[in-house]
Amino acid sequence: MTAPVEGADTRAPIESADAAVPDKGAGATAPGRPVRRWQGAAAFTAVAVLALVVAPLLLEPFRLGLLAKYLCYAIVALGIGLAWGQGGMLTLGQGVFFGLGGYAMGMYLKLNDAGGDLPDFMVWSGVEELPALWKPFGNPVFALTMVVVLPVAVALLLGTLVFRQRVRGAYFAILTQALAAALVILLVGQQGLTGGTNGLTNFFDFFGRDVAADETQRGLYLLVAVVLGVLYLGARQLVRSRFGRLLLAVRDGEDRVRFLGYNPATVKTLTFAVSAGMAGIAGALFVPVVGIISPALLGVVPSLELVVAVAVGGRFALAGAVLGAVVMGYARTYFSEELPDAWLYLQGALFVLVMTLAPKGIAGLAAGLVRRREARA
Amino acid sequence: MEGVLNQLPIGLSIGAVLLLIALGLTFTFGQMGVINMAHGEFIMAGAYTAYLLQGVGFLIALPAAFVVAGVMGLILERTLIRRFYGRPLDTLLLTWGVSLMLQQLARDLFGAPNVQVASPAWLRGGIGILPYNRLFIMALAAASVLAIWAYMNRTGQGRRMRAVMQNRRLAATSGIDTGRVDQRTFFIGSGLAGVAGVALTLIGPVGPTLGTYYIVDAFLVVVAGGLGQLRGAVLAAAGLGLLNSYAEFWSDASLAKVVVFVAIIGFLQIRPQGLFFVRSRALT
Repeated sequence: MTAPVEGADTRAPIESADAAVPDKGAGATAPGRPVRRWQGAAAFTAVAVLALVVAPLLLEPFRLGLLAKYLCYAIVALGIGLAWGQGGMLTLGQGVFFGLGGYAMGMYLKLNDAGGDLPDFMVWSGVEELPALWKPFGNPVFALTMVVVLPVAVALLLGTLVFRQRVRGAYFAILTQALAAALVILLVGQQGLTGGTNGLTNFFDFFGRDVAADETQRGLYLLVAVVLGVLYLGARQLVRSRFGRLLLAVRDGEDRVRFLGYNPATVKTLTFAVSAGMAGIAGALFVPVVGIISPALLGVVPSLELVVAVAVGGRFALAGAVLGAVVMGYARTYFSEELPDAWLYLQGALFVLVMTLAPKGIAGLAAGLVRRREARA
Repeated sequence: MEGVLNQLPIGLSIGAVLLLIALGLTFTFGQMGVINMAHGEFIMAGAYTAYLLQGVGFLIALPAAFVVAGVMGLILERTLIRRFYGRPLDTLLLTWGVSLMLQQLARDLFGAPNVQVASPAWLRGGIGILPYNRLFIMALAAASVLAIWAYMNRTGQGRRMRAVMQNRRLAATSGIDTGRVDQRTFFIGSGLAGVAGVALTLIGPVGPTLGTYYIVDAFLVVVAGGLGQLRGAVLAAAGLGLLNSYAEFWSDASLAKVVVFVAIIGFLQIRPQGLFFVRSRALT
C-alpha cells in the first residue's frame, strides 16, 4: 500500500504516475488502423523468416546457440512485459519461475542420463537413495507438465495471497525479490537434492539425441524460436482481448476497476500466473540449449537484469520486451568479452540513461520517430 | 538450552543492523516514494570507510562513515532521484544501475576479495553469552533510534519532515521547502546506512557486494513495519532478526530465508499495510 505517499508536489498521485505514462495505445496495445495492422503482420513475418530461415543458415553453431539462449531470455521478458508493462506489476522474481521450469527439465534429463542409477552429483554429495522429490521426474510427461504447472501454481498462490490483500506496487516488487533471494539460498543449501551452487549440468541425452550435437542444437534453436513466436502471438491476443483491456484498466486505475464491479486481484493474479508459466517454459528450454541450470542463473541479479532488458526494449510494447532481451543479451556477451571490467559500469550507466532519458525504451523512441514522420507527411 | 540463548544476541544484533539500514529506506520510501537499491552500497561505503580509518580509531569511523554515506546519498538525490519523484518503480531500476556502478567502483578501488577490519581491542570478549561487539551494535542502533526520534519529534526540521511525509502538497502550500526536507531526509537515511556498514565490520568481512546481502531483508523490514514508521521499523527489525537467527538454528540455514518469506506473506494477510500506518481517507 502506498497510502501515505502523495505524489511529489504538483505531480499525479503515485499509482497512476508509477511508470512513465504510456502513449495512448502504445505498441502492442494499439487497436491500430487497418494499415498499421497490415504493417504489424508484415514485420512479424519478416522477423520470423529472419529467425527461422536466415539465422540458421548464416550463423555458425556457436553463435546460433547464443541466439537460442537470448531467445529463451526473450520468452521470460515477454512475460515481464505482460505483467509489468501491461499489468503494472513489477515482478523482480521471474528467475524463480525460470528456475522451477529449468530444474524440472534438468531433473528429468539427469535421471534419464543416469538410467536408473543415481545422478552423478548425488553420488558426489554422498546421497545413497534417490530422494522422493526426484522420483516422479523420471517420467518425461510428468516433468514437462511440471515445467508449466509448478511456476503457475507458485504464482497463483503468491498472487492470490498478495493481491487479495491489495498489496501492490513497490511492495509486490520487494516481495518477489525476496522470494528470488530465498530460493537461491535454498537451492545452494540443499546440495544433495539440487546440486548446490553447481546446479544441474552435464547432460548427454535429450529425448534420444545427443544434446551437444550441432544438429540437436539447431533443432533446439528452431524450437525456441517457434515457441517464442507462438507465445508472442498468444500474449498479443491476450492483450487485445477484453481481458487485456481490463488488465490495462487495472494498471491505470485499479480502484476504478474495482468500483465497476470487477475484481482486480483476479485479473492481476491470472496475468502474473501467465507470465510465470512463460518463464517456466523458458527455463525448460534454456537447460538443453545452454546445458546447465544453477542458482546463479535465477537469483536477484539475473531477474533484475531481465526487467532492465525489458525497460531498455520498451516495457509498454510486447515486441519491445523481446527486442530488449535479445539486445541486452548480445551487449552483455560482447562487452564482457571485449571489456570485462567496464561492463558493469556500462550496464549501470545504460540503466541510468534509459530510465532518465527514454523511460519507454527503444520501442518508445521508435514510436516517437514514426509519429514525427507521420506528422510531417 | 544454551544454544537457544546464544542465538538471542545474534538475532538481536542482526536486527539492530537491519534497523539501521531500514530506517533510511523507510523514510525515503515513506516520504518521497523512492525505492533506493543503492542504499546497500552506502552500507558498503560505510564499511570501507571503517577499513580505511583502521588505526585512527573506531569511534571516529562512525561519524566519518555517516558523512561519507550521507554525502553519497545527497549527490544521488540531487543528480538523479530528484527527477523521479512519483515514479517509485522507476527509481528502483535507476538506483539499481547506480548500485552496479558503485560495486564495480569498490572492486576497482579496494579489490574484489573481501577485507577484514580489525575490531578495536575494547570490543573483544564479552559478558557470559553476550559478546561486546554484538552489545555495541545493539547500543548503536538504540542510540540512533533515540536520536532519530528526538530529531523527528523535538526539532523544527523533524516537524517539517513529518509534515511532508504525511501530506506533501499540504506541507508545500504551508510554506515548507519540501525539496530541502527531502535532501535532509536523504542525507540522514544514507548516513545511517553508512553507520550500519561500520557496525557490520564488527561481525564479518567487508566486500564490494556487502550491501546486497542486507538490502532485501531491510526492505522486508520496511514492508512489515509500515512505511515511514519508526516504531514499526524497530519492532519489525527485531522480529526479523530473531526470526532469521532462530529459523537458522532450528531448521537449516538454507531454509531460514524461506521461513522468513512465508512468515512475511502470512503477516501481510493480517496486516497488509504493515505493523503501523497512517490512516487516511485516500484511496490506495
